[in-house]
Amino acid sequence: MALITPFQEAAALVREAGGLELDQCYQCGLCTGSCPWNLVREFPVRKLIHQAQLGVIDFEAEYTWLCTTCRSCVQCCPRGVDIIDIMKAMRRVVAETGVSKVPDSLWLAVSNIAGSGNPLGQPAGQRGDWATPPTKKAKTDSGILYFPCCIPAYEPRLKKVAQATARILEAAGVDYKILPEVENCCGESVRKSGHENLFQSLAQKNMQAFSNAGINKIIVNSPHCYDTFKKEYTELGAEFKVIHIVQYLSQLIDEGKLKFSTEVKKKVTYHDSCYLARHNGIYDEPRHVLESIPGIEIVEMPDIKENTLCCGGGGGRIWMDTKKNERFSDLRLQQAKNVNAEVLALSCPYCMLNFEDSLIDFQGAVSMEIKDIVELVCEGIA
Amino acid sequence: MDDDIKIGVYVCHCGHNIADVIDVEDVAQRARKSGNVSVSRDYVYMCSSKGQNLIKQDIMQLGINRVVVAACSPRLYEQTFQNVLRESGLNPYLLQIANVREQCAWVHEAGLQATEKANRLVHGAIRRVSHHSPVEEQSVPVFPATLVIGGGIAGIQAALEIANSRHVVYLVEREPSIGGHMAQFDKTFPTLDCSACILTPKMNEVSRNPYIRLMTYSEVTDVSGYVGNFAVKVKRKARYIDEDKCVGCGICQEKCPWSTASEFDAGLGMRKAVYTPFPQAIPNIPVIDRERCVYFLKGKCRACEKVCEAQAINFEQEDMYIDLQVGSIIVATGFDVFDPTPIVQYGYGRLPNVFTSLEFERLCSPSGPTGGQLKLVSGRTPESVAIIHCVGSRDKNYNAYCSRVCCMHSLKYSHLFKEKTGGEVYQLYIDMRCAGKAYEEFYERVQGEHVHFIRGKLASIAAGVTDAEEDNLILTCEDTLLGNLINISVDMVVLCVALEPRHDTEQLSHILRLGRSHDGFFLERHPKLDPVATMSEGIFVVGCCQGPKDIPDTVAQASAASARALAMISKGKMEMGAITASVDEVVCSGCKVCNALCPYSAIFFDEISNVSRVNQVLCKGCNVCGAACPSGAISTRNFSTIQILAEIEGVLA
Ligand SMILES: Cc1cc2nc3c(=O)[nH]c(=O)nc-3n(C[C@H](O)[C@H](O)[C@H](O)COP(=O)(O)OP(=O)(O)OC[C@H]3O[C@@H](n4cnc5c(N)ncnc54)[C@H](O)[C@@H]3O)c2cc1C
Ligand code: SF4
Ligand code: SF4
Repeated sequence: MALITPFQEAAALVREAGGLELDQCYQCGLCTGSCPWNLVREFPVRKLIHQAQLGVIDFEAEYTWLCTTCRSCVQCCPRGVDIIDIMKAMRRVVAETGVSKVPDSLWLAVSNIAGSGNPLGQPAGQRGDWATPPTKKAKTDSGILYFPCCIPAYEPRLKKVAQATARILEAAGVDYKILPEVENCCGESVRKSGHENLFQSLAQKNMQAFSNAGINKIIVNSPHCYDTFKKEYTELGAEFKVIHIVQYLSQLIDEGKLKFSTEVKKKVTYHDSCYLARHNGIYDEPRHVLESIPGIEIVEMPDIKENTLCCGGGGGRIWMDTKKNERFSDLRLQQAKNVNAEVLALSCPYCMLNFEDSLIDFQGAVSMEIKDIVELVCEGIA
Repeated sequence: MDDDIKIGVYVCHCGHNIADVIDVEDVAQRARKSGNVSVSRDYVYMCSSKGQNLIKQDIMQLGINRVVVAACSPRLYEQTFQNVLRESGLNPYLLQIANVREQCAWVHEAGLQATEKANRLVHGAIRRVSHHSPVEEQSVPVFPATLVIGGGIAGIQAALEIANSRHVVYLVEREPSIGGHMAQFDKTFPTLDCSACILTPKMNEVSRNPYIRLMTYSEVTDVSGYVGNFAVKVKRKARYIDEDKCVGCGICQEKCPWSTASEFDAGLGMRKAVYTPFPQAIPNIPVIDRERCVYFLKGKCRACEKVCEAQAINFEQEDMYIDLQVGSIIVATGFDVFDPTPIVQYGYGRLPNVFTSLEFERLCSPSGPTGGQLKLVSGRTPESVAIIHCVGSRDKNYNAYCSRVCCMHSLKYSHLFKEKTGGEVYQLYIDMRCAGKAYEEFYERVQGEHVHFIRGKLASIAAGVTDAEEDNLILTCEDTLLGNLINISVDMVVLCVALEPRHDTEQLSHILRLGRSHDGFFLERHPKLDPVATMSEGIFVVGCCQGPKDIPDTVAQASAASARALAMISKGKMEMGAITASVDEVVCSGCKVCNALCPYSAIFFDEISNVSRVNQVLCKGCNVCGAACPSGAISTRNFSTIQILAEIEGVLA
């Protein structure tokens, strides 16, 4: 048997990098048992934690980069260990000390964010191009900002989500503003992948830009932007309010400001994103919005609300390659098919990218429309 | 200063504890120079009998009438030195302790400064003690009857102990019968003796003992008064059956046409609307459950009335309130079991054949719904079982504490399952905790019965699809010793659920003025040195209402508390602290500020004279009221302003 010796210096590095609750773990293995990775491949979460406790960490292992930060494990850990913090801390040790290598594709996304403020490496100057014709919205003195997230701002499929959002906001008479010239990526996946310094500088830049523009409320499409603004920016002193588009739509509907005119005759199932449902307890509002669209029939999949099945895109995984037969989104798409849904409704750009990929994986074996809730709402008000 | 005052000062070395840091001789010498000090000495151990004799002799021979002891904290030896004064014919409150150990020697380096501080502390004590005057000690008579709340094994044991020494006990039990959880079990670990066989004789003893006044189907609704003399109100719920006439034949239960789920069978079996919960019930007198009885619900039926030859059925009965007077109270209300429904991954309530531990006890019991045969919902005998530890225990999402008995009862279940079915047993545990006499040996014995032990917390249970007439259950869990995720397919799952505080603990804690610990159970006075007493004098907590524990520990606590109650009765009175607060009625403005502040609810407001008064028995002398009184009307004996100022002046002089 291989002989190992505890190496407290390494354990201390993880603790200093934020893995504070490391020592609370009593090695029950519930995290391993509840982690979605173990549906498709081995990911020994408990063992990694024990290795970290003793400082015998294999930083070069692929494991360092697997966690999708879906929060399944954190939600049920009997000792209340924030396992995501520990995973982040291990990545941070790699990113900051160079004990091992950051995966190439992740490294590329992070460098792109550092260079042009978005992970796709698109020119910063084209961030507002989704809004055609060029919206006047940059000019109003409204305190409400619509922050579309980098992917809807640049990626061709997701641009439609940003455009749909703008159309709805206008239909509801919301006076809002966009700031493509000055805003940057929120930095969520940057931080989750261990690049703390870059995250801090993005956060400072954004907070400065928002405050210069007099922003007091931000509407977002991405649950990841939502979580980062709401929890992490607030910790850094931000004072603006954040609201996810599904929450906002739900409010507009209740206030009678959003009226539907067209039936959307479809059988829809809603996929809860980890960052709305599990991280922030938001799962009633998206259902309320869907129910309000005339014609829609909602069917539920087995794993819903706080017990949702992760798509695989959180924690920077969206920028890393996931082998074909190891994609959670494939399992989820199968679930949607099993309940005979015609549309898989989403509320997260990462989910959208993953499910579009999964459709390709199934090579026509599954026919399903993948839509963001805002697109369905847009159809309903057309 | 008063010429008649003769102070003796005694400086203790406490071995090396004090003498190594403080120049004790210097302290004794300097003390002698203060006014009114007639004698001062230092000695190696003042608390030894030789040390005590030094003080005694001085009091008797030199006429010393005030004593200062410079030694350790008054919490440790104040009572000892008070006794010295008492035995020498001096009022024990003419004593002042200067704490030169904890407040000086232990917190400073040896040297002049430490000695200087000790000198000042002693000087303060000398000044203060000159202003001491004799304080009368109070005692209250103890009414020689005891109330026991809860008739589980804890309450039964306590009641019997007291009644066997021929003192009256009121045993109040909420359910129609005594017995508690133990009556629901088949066998008990680690000896596997039959639970009913050891419990029933004790229950019978309760019903026979002339000193026990048993009140079942009853609850305590109000308690007032204080140690030695509590006034208790008990609500006796109407049974609708005349206890004097009923002969316990059981014909009413047989003929009653209305059934409902039996609480005693953990909902697995049925009982009638008129019922005794189990065959050995004490008293063997049924109750009519008015929530279920169709006569009460719809106004028609009274079938039982027609068949009862003893004519004991009485639909006119009403709830009764009874007043009791008792000297002490023993609380033995036990625990509730955790409801695992919120852990959706375990499928309790959704998947058939997922049971709780209490349900499994009933399935094993010969008096249970299956006559003691282990059966699946379909009626088939299970061929395999998984027993899950720590469901709702050791889990911050539910209860952070360990429930202490589950490791052991899961071993018991392994044995029973093997014995009854010969099938496969899996135990899913996190840590095996088998601390107790013959417990580890029991663990080893069960291991020898080819039980599979898997170290890991169950992640989820899913219904597997098989060809058999019913689905099996597929368990997913990390086997942390192998480092592999494993799937286990079984017929039956037993969730060993946490022991939780009774759902109405909060309510009872208000009635009894009892504290609760962070886990929700009743709080004992001291976790190690006084585990059955509480901060409310004369009220004791025993068994699982104080925290999860097994039957041996429960019985030991029950016996301990009854010894305490008996000691009070045999003494006939309780000495109360003499240091209590009192209100100067002339100065009191009647603002009531103090009323709500008193942590012991000792202050009441006299509406006629428009002043607040302090109940001298309830007051513990904490002086919260004194500090808060805006008129300065409240003073606490031996903590008068003059005394405290004198001490401060002495320290600063
Ligand atoms: C599934 C299971 C199996 C177990 N197996 C074993 C075993 O094999 N061996 C072992 O040593 N221990 C075992 N235990 C532990 C054992 O149950 C306890 O040690 C024991 O029952 C504690 O007794 P108790 O009298 O404190 O509480 P309880 O048994 O809960 O009795 C309390 C009594 O108080 C009554 N009561 C409650 N509230 C009020 C009120 N407000 N007014 C009046 N009456 C009230 C209740 O009706 C009840 O009769 C087991 C526990 C469980 C959960
Ligand atoms: S679930 Fe929590 S306590 Fe259990 S092994 Fe994982 S981190 Fe440790
Ligand atoms: S957060 Fe999700 S992906 Fe990460 S270890 Fe926990 S369960 Fe697995």
